[in-house]
Amino acid sequence: MKRFLSGDEALAEGVRLARPNIISAYPITPQTVVVEHLSEMVEQGRLDAEYVHVESEHSALSCALGASATGARTFTATSSQGLLYMAEVLSYAAGGRFPIVMMNANRALALPWNIYGDQRDSLALLDHGWIQLYVQDNQEALDAVLMAYALAEDERVSTPVMINLDGFALTHTYETVDIPEPEQADSFLPPYRTKNKFDFEHPVNIGYSAGPEFNRYYKHAAHWDMVDALPVIDEVEKRFAEVFGREYPGVLEEYRCADADRIIVTLGSVAGLVRQVVDDLRNAGEKVGMVRLRYMRPFPAERLVKALLGVGAVGGSSEASGEASGDDNADDGARSKAPAARSIAVLEKDISFGAEGTVFTNVSSALLQAITCAPSASACGIRDICNFVGGLGGDDISYEQVEGIFALLKRRASIVEDPNAALVDASAEASNAASGAAKAAAHTSPLDPRKKVYFLGIDSLEEGGAR
Amino acid sequence: MKQTENLSAALPPTNPAAPLPPKPLTAKTLPDDEFFFGHKGCAGCGGALVVRQTLKVLGPHVICALPAGCMSAVGFNFPQLSFANNAMITPFAATASVLSGIEAGLRAQGIKPEDCTVVGFAGDGGTADIGLQALSGAIDRNDDILYICYDNEAYMNTGIQKSSLTPFGAKTTTTPAGAHVHGCLTRKKNMFQIVAAHDIPYAATASIGYLNDFIKKVQKAATIHGTRYIHVIAPCPTGWGTREDETIDLAKEVADCGLWYLAEFEGSQLCGMPGGKYIVNRRPKEFSSVEAYLRRQGRFKQLDENDVQEVIRERDIAWAWLDDLATGAK
Ligand SMILES: Cc1ncc(C[n+]2csc(CCOP(=O)(O)OP(=O)(O)O)c2C)c(N)n1
Ligand code: SF4
Ligand SMILES: [Mg+2]
Repeated sequence: MKRFLSGDEALAEGVRLARPNIISAYPITPQTVVVEHLSEMVEQGRLDAEYVHVESEHSALSCALGASATGARTFTATSSQGLLYMAEVLSYAAGGRFPIVMMNANRALALPWNIYGDQRDSLALLDHGWIQLYVQDNQEALDAVLMAYALAEDERVSTPVMINLDGFALTHTYETVDIPEPEQADSFLPPYRTKNKFDFEHPVNIGYSAGPEFNRYYKHAAHWDMVDALPVIDEVEKRFAEVFGREYPGVLEEYRCADADRIIVTLGSVAGLVRQVVDDLRNAGEKVGMVRLRYMRPFPAERLVKALLGVGAVGGSSEASGEASGDDNADDGARSKAPAARSIAVLEKDISFGAEGTVFTNVSSALLQAITCAPSASACGIRDICNFVGGLGGDDISYEQVEGIFALLKRRASIVEDPNAALVDASAEASNAASGAAKAAAHTSPLDPRKKVYFLGIDSLEEGGAR
Repeated sequence: MKQTENLSAALPPTNPAAPLPPKPLTAKTLPDDEFFFGHKGCAGCGGALVVRQTLKVLGPHVICALPAGCMSAVGFNFPQLSFANNAMITPFAATASVLSGIEAGLRAQGIKPEDCTVVGFAGDGGTADIGLQALSGAIDRNDDILYICYDNEAYMNTGIQKSSLTPFGAKTTTTPAGAHVHGCLTRKKNMFQIVAAHDIPYAATASIGYLNDFIKKVQKAATIHGTRYIHVIAPCPTGWGTREDETIDLAKEVADCGLWYLAEFEGSQLCGMPGGKYIVNRRPKEFSSVEAYLRRQGRFKQLDENDVQEVIRERDIAWAWLDDLATGAK
């Protein structure tokens, strides 16, 4: 059945189809519509779940924790300050291996107070052991709920999942969404079965303390089970496509990357805009592409590296890199298409103050490791990589800005390729240390290859432009 | 490795349909079954007695949840897991909300045995300070849970710091006693009054020194539906500066000298009276010496005559209030 739904509404429909036993959530803009809709569904009898009216986000997730320990399927939803307020409980849920599914409406963090979308809330909490998925549109929001439960509850994974929707850009924007039939959903997602729960015949102690001599085993298992969830994501999506006829590209989506000399790596709803710019520039003969990260945890390092280094880029296989590079033909095919060198921009709605965007850090780390360990495995070199921070506090990321990023990458590339340019720059600085103004000018020049982090709407993407 | 089977193999098989023992239990007739043993609590720990005796009353189908605090710290040390019944640790602030989740989860799946009580054991800090919001939320929803506060009058697990249930004059590591200040300057927050103000179905105060009274209240609470709250005074030799063989004696004396009272509140739902009903279970004709009670504890060593008079004054105000409520309800 096709309906015109907001992201929040589409997600709530997904939750209804997943039939959770327990919903415990606390309202916060822009997630509110989700909890309102779920309450309505429960009242109307369309959803046979217990809605617990908790008094805070901390209690929302704690309640889900207790319910999950009884073997119940549980759902919660939050955003921004609410996510931070429940942060303590995130590690309990992940550490206890409770497959809770949560929706997070990505929203800015105070101060200054701001209710609009950016991704600092969830990206600040990457390290708490939750699988993190970023969706691009409302259909994906609905479908993600069903796949999230399938993934979280898979015995090999047993890890909670956070589904992130850009605040307002998705939560409050209407699109046509195909709502599956309940029977279809049931055939895809069977009831939750687990051994990780209370048992009246053989009582258990759940969630205890483990000192230095044992702790590492739990953390080791949590890490590798999360890494090993990567192929499970593909399995789940394959099964999803069989039942519902909709295909998803796995942990990341490669868009027109194979022969691209410039690629924007991004995540969430802004991917729609980047895709449009890529198409338009392609029509104008420019070789540009996009990688949309769907999962930030587990981090899809292997597939990302393949996409960015041009190895086996066509088809976006998520097989182990050993297999791919063992296949000479596939490799050669990619090599012949890949450019000699390529520039990468990471576009994200996040900044880790004093460092750089968190997605940029993750992408850079994956690339550094790949290039260090096996330089010859690359089909192309990376000549430049930089970070664009935009959309903070709901700021619009415009078509022109995305176009500007691709244009800037091109101009920077010509500088990077001219060794004298960099040399002149460095020696000028050394010989004229007193000239603070010159130094500042060099650092604010968008063409300075040392400049890595650009704030969209503040930093000029044009040489000579105002800062 | 995601969870650990514990020592329950040694337990006799249980009958899920078994009704509660028909007769009121006493210290003499409490079952021999042990559900909390092998823990690392100090000798003479009052809190450990609260947990142990409660579980004996509630039987094998209990599910308990414990937040950060001494009882979880001494009871959940992998691989030495000390609960023979289902049990879990909770975030410090989340005793009540985890209990709500457990209860809702069981009910939503239709798997809650008739004789299953979902019970939490939280310290004074976990109850009156950081966990108060979640407790208030659970009472507001009237979730079917039993919440037991074992009150040792300070944050013991972190090394004896002041909580809002630390009494006036007590020395803790954050209310040190010196020439200028003689320990804790605030009065004990009245949790009994706070939960009663929610019109909770059932609330009680108790002392592990008066075991029969405590057992009776746990047994009564187990038969009532909705949120139930029992606040038990549970001396802590380590934090109070007392000998480990004095615990029971102190728990009696605190009620005898009137600094603690044994009372019940039945909510309007239960007793049918608007505003509910207060019952005083034990009204000493004459209070024993407050000074004697204070002087035997290291934490009150520094109190001078004025301080003791202040404690006595506060006691009399508290009793006037309680007597008023209890007689007003008759
Ligand atoms: C969120 C959080 N804050 C602080 C702590 C540290 N902490 C652990 S136990 C505890 C004191 C517990 O006191 P109480 O509830 O009275 O129980 P007791 O230890 O006295 O039995 C504190 C402060 C924690 N574990 N979690
Ligand atoms: S410090 Fe006190 S409350 Fe904690 S285990 Fe020891 S006696 Fe019990
Ligand atoms: Mg305490």
